[in-house]
Amino acid sequence: MTSERPNADIARLPQPTGEDAQSRGDEAGKTRNVGGNGGAACTVEDLRVGLSGRDIDVVDDIDLLLEPGEVVGLVGESGSGKTTVGTALLGYARVGALIEHGRVLLGERDVLSLDVKDVRQMRGEEIAYVPQDPASALNPSIRVGPQLVELLELRDIGTAEERDERARAELAEVGLPNDDEFLRRYPHQLSGGQVQRVALAMAFLPRPKVLVLDEPTTGLDVTTQGMVLDTMGQLCRSHRVAALYVTHDLAVIANIADRVAVMYAGRIIELGPRDQIFDQPAHPYTRALLDAIPHLKQARALSGIPGRTPAPGRRPTGCRFHDRCAYAQDRCAETEPEPYDVGPDHVARCLRVDEIGSWDINLGTVPDSDPDKARDLILSVRDLDVFYGRKQVVHDVNFDLARSECVALVGESGSGKTTISRCVGGLHRGWTGTITFEGRDLANGARRRTNEDRKRIQYIFQNPYLSLNPRMTIEQIVKRPMKLFGIAKGKAATDRVVELLEQVALGPAVLKLQTNRLSGGERQRVAIARALAAEPDILVCDEITSALDVSVQGSIVSLLEDLRKSRGISMLFVTHNLALVRSIAARVEILKAGRLVEHGSVVDVMDSPTEDYTRQLLENSPSIA
Amino acid sequence: MSTITATGSGLRRVFHQRRLVAGMIITALVVALAIVGPWIAPYGEHEIVGKPFTHSGSFLGSDYLGQDVLSRVLAGGRSILVISVLATALGMVGGILIGLLAAYVGGWFDEVLMRLNDVALAFPQILLALLVLSAVEQPKWWMIVLLVGASHAPRVARLARGVALGLVSRDFVASAEALGESKLRIVLAEVLPNMSAPLLAEAGLRLTYSIGMVAALGFLGFSTDPGGADWGLMINENRLGLLVLPWGVLAPVIVIGVFTIGTNLIADGITQLAEKGAES
Amino acid sequence: MAQVKTETPATETTTDEPRRGRSATVAWALWFARRLGLAILTLWLVSVLVFFATAALGDPIRAILGKDYESSPSRVATLEDQLNLDQPLVQRYFDWLGGLLTGDLGTSLSNQLPVSELIGDRVVNTAVLVLVSALVMIPIAFGIAMISAHYRGRRPDHVIQVVLLGLAGVPEFVIGILFVALFSTTVLHVLPAVTISAGGEGPWQNPGSMVLPVLTLVFAVTPYVARIVRSTLLEVLDSDYVELARLKGIPEGVVMRKHALLNAIVPSIQVVALQLAWLAGGIVIVEYLFSYPGIGASLVDSVRNNDIPMVQALSMIIAGIYVGVNLIADVLSILFTPRARTAITS
Repeated sequence: MTSERPNADIARLPQPTGEDAQSRGDEAGKTRNVGGNGGAACTVEDLRVGLSGRDIDVVDDIDLLLEPGEVVGLVGESGSGKTTVGTALLGYARVGALIEHGRVLLGERDVLSLDVKDVRQMRGEEIAYVPQDPASALNPSIRVGPQLVELLELRDIGTAEERDERARAELAEVGLPNDDEFLRRYPHQLSGGQVQRVALAMAFLPRPKVLVLDEPTTGLDVTTQGMVLDTMGQLCRSHRVAALYVTHDLAVIANIADRVAVMYAGRIIELGPRDQIFDQPAHPYTRALLDAIPHLKQARALSGIPGRTPAPGRRPTGCRFHDRCAYAQDRCAETEPEPYDVGPDHVARCLRVDEIGSWDINLGTVPDSDPDKARDLILSVRDLDVFYGRKQVVHDVNFDLARSECVALVGESGSGKTTISRCVGGLHRGWTGTITFEGRDLANGARRRTNEDRKRIQYIFQNPYLSLNPRMTIEQIVKRPMKLFGIAKGKAATDRVVELLEQVALGPAVLKLQTNRLSGGERQRVAIARALAAEPDILVCDEITSALDVSVQGSIVSLLEDLRKSRGISMLFVTHNLALVRSIAARVEILKAGRLVEHGSVVDVMDSPTEDYTRQLLENSPSIA
Repeated sequence: MSTITATGSGLRRVFHQRRLVAGMIITALVVALAIVGPWIAPYGEHEIVGKPFTHSGSFLGSDYLGQDVLSRVLAGGRSILVISVLATALGMVGGILIGLLAAYVGGWFDEVLMRLNDVALAFPQILLALLVLSAVEQPKWWMIVLLVGASHAPRVARLARGVALGLVSRDFVASAEALGESKLRIVLAEVLPNMSAPLLAEAGLRLTYSIGMVAALGFLGFSTDPGGADWGLMINENRLGLLVLPWGVLAPVIVIGVFTIGTNLIADGITQLAEKGAES
Repeated sequence: MAQVKTETPATETTTDEPRRGRSATVAWALWFARRLGLAILTLWLVSVLVFFATAALGDPIRAILGKDYESSPSRVATLEDQLNLDQPLVQRYFDWLGGLLTGDLGTSLSNQLPVSELIGDRVVNTAVLVLVSALVMIPIAFGIAMISAHYRGRRPDHVIQVVLLGLAGVPEFVIGILFVALFSTTVLHVLPAVTISAGGEGPWQNPGSMVLPVLTLVFAVTPYVARIVRSTLLEVLDSDYVELARLKGIPEGVVMRKHALLNAIVPSIQVVALQLAWLAGGIVIVEYLFSYPGIGASLVDSVRNNDIPMVQALSMIIAGIYVGVNLIADVLSILFTPRARTAITS
């Protein structure tokens, strides 16, 4: 049951019953000194950030330790407060929030007790920040060169030539050209990966001791992401910088972090060494997260977490996770758990850590789809060339889709995967070739197709915040296809809407609401319900989970799997996430720059790729296993 | 059931917007004054009550002909009100049609329409009215409605097109197209309802400018009914008496000012309401 | 929330060759030529509109003579001759256009003098009025906007906003008359209600009489400019790059100047230009109100007298100013926006 603990010098704490247990827990946490270097680079104690003017906390009770040269991953979904913690290390809270109490020690000094000028002074040289969206974080009116050296110039560090040299050296270190032409560019003339690396170079230039990175690789291609992460790792190690890497992506953390802190609803609910967290997660939330993450090497039955993340002010009493937890008992609603020891240097905030047993990552494993299964083709794409105006973006693509099958279209941005899916869905007219559906050729645009064809191929968009009419109620949105395709009217239609909403795990309570009351995951379910209302044979899903949290993605994916198996719906699933492909698709088409690079059954392509590009993609895709 | 609560909370939100409420109250008061005025005026609008620019008549005194200022103020709002509202409506409808059409059809049609629009925009609003009035002896009221409305239309068209363009490329419109909805239905059910907030705010703004322009034309002496009670005209007529009895000028001036403040507050209130709604 | 990865055609610019210098100048010249061409086209279409609006609607002779139409057929004949009414409309248009382009603005019908003589001084007077108003308005509007932005959300901001909002919709003649009542006739008696200028000398030589017209124009235009500049400033202050500049450790003063203001300039230029262009129309009322000897008052008189050549010439001038100012604003915004600059040279 309980696994071996090699460091037996730390006694296992008994079940907490009294107040003294709390202080013991804190003491143990503070005095434990990991690593042989002595002083930590950064210590966070009892940090609380709240909404200004109200007695509501965004994050509370935060304790962290960062050692020089180590990378600590701060993981959480949206609403967890991870970005708030990250910026609090710099003494910064966004408009409307206030750092209420706590200490952030950089070396000896407490950042939070300094006045504004001294804090500004510390920033840049002692602690630096790499932002989430570099494209909007660089000043669009100032060239790259001057922006790089701006801080050094202001602090009068070195002469102009020295600064210039350092800037060029730093650019070279992050793998960017450092000639005059590059330095004279404006941020909008750089690609996403380049901008992010400039931001990294900018942060490292003054040689800070601590680095806070806020989801710096979101939105980047997998290959670019790999490059940026490698660079970051190298820089941290060579310059002995302590890094706090804030992200929602556990898979990325698995590859770069030394220690991991998991956040939920404003608390750190688990903290420990990376291997411990991934092999023996103690907290139910961590386990649920890991259950929701697809793996590259084997297919899994992904699952989500019921309910949604509570916003500040709406968090439940007692354990903040109890209302969504599979192991919750009555006392979980009354007492807020303290961080209890579950292993060497590994704590978790759960009253039932010792009761809920161990966790096996293989529990969710399912066999891969059978590559030799018979395929009853329903859709055929031949010699597809797609044009935007006169520019050809997709060249000579061929693939098939069978009944009850999921085919994944995979590629990085610019590969043409979304374009192809839009052509199949009838949203883009500029293509030549043939798309055959049940033996009939499909017309180019949705308007030119027959009603029957439009009904049976349904398209689901990527961004659930943009794909539903904000003025219509959920009922009107889901009912519309029924009326258009003559499936049902009036009361019968409303009944069917309720049925569909229940199938996508939304109750009838949302019928009269408008979309602004729903979360991203809920909106995407409405979009799926709308697509299902037409009773289609094919669902074209265009990166429908890319904008969603991992646990929400898990529940959407499991919903789709159910639909596929129970209703026999085929799916064309567009994604950039190869691990997801393994768990959801039977066949995969790999695209690069508008051409088909490799295709075949998921097992074959991912276990034994034949093309270099595929290999490269697989290598760069971060995965837990 | 829930539809009622939905509207209920909508109305509640409206009442929380202080600017909107203030604007509506002010405007309502002035409109009431304009409509009901002639019936409660102590004297007729042409009735002579005493010597010009003296304190005879009711408490605002008499005007340049000796007519009662208060009565004329009460009677002088109807024409401005009617003409302004009609001109605003004309400008809005025309502008929205042009803008929507340009945005939805696109291509060269859009280009040509917008070039022509730019030409119309090259005119300061009042210039068009003056141009036409220069060739006409006695303007009719519908001429003023047409001229003012026509000067609004290009500006409204530019706004409507801008908003519509932003909407036409959105995913939910593309989704409706993929379902095969008719173009007309898409414009009416998907695009237009999502434009209501900026369009309403623009209507409030246009009404403010309409009132200003119609009153200004009256002030410049281009009235449809010389001698009749008209706020703008009154200002011009009684200018000579400003030193002696300012009320002949100040009363209509203040009423016009208050009216425009009210409508402008409404326009801004609607904008704020829409922003709050978008945030939630 | 996880970032949305949008699909875009490949835009890698790592391997771009450095920009050539000579073709950049050519690209700029071409772009400017296009803009200028468009402006000229617009002006030409405006001229068509002006001409046909005045000449084709109604009977100008009847409008000019009014009641005298019946009683003096000789005058009717003279006017007919002067206006060349016997020639077809299109022909008359081209004659007029040709005259415009060569500097002959026609002859005033009211006093039979060449239009260009009559309006020469007045154009200068109006220019002075507009210039002075603009010079006063810009610092005041920007100042108010910056103060308001500084106190954002707090009392001073709210008060300023409400006042600006109230003023923004009020017609300019209302403001003007209230000022006259306040400073000239009713409350105080310190300023003249009417511009006093002996013939031949500019009204600026009697500065007291310019105060009220300038004040009226400033009050009419400032609220809108101040509100837009404030919201631009706030948008910039809330932007990601200002936030990053602060997190980088840059002192607040530099953040405001270098990062915030620099990016707030372009929208501010646009709104200022828009308002200056509006002034071209606003002066009509204000000049009439204060009897200021400028082209606005002239226009009103000409319209009253149905003096069509004058009206046509003045309208073209005013429209020309409008188009010109917008063109300058366009050019300035492009110059200040790096993204647009590089787009032109590519």
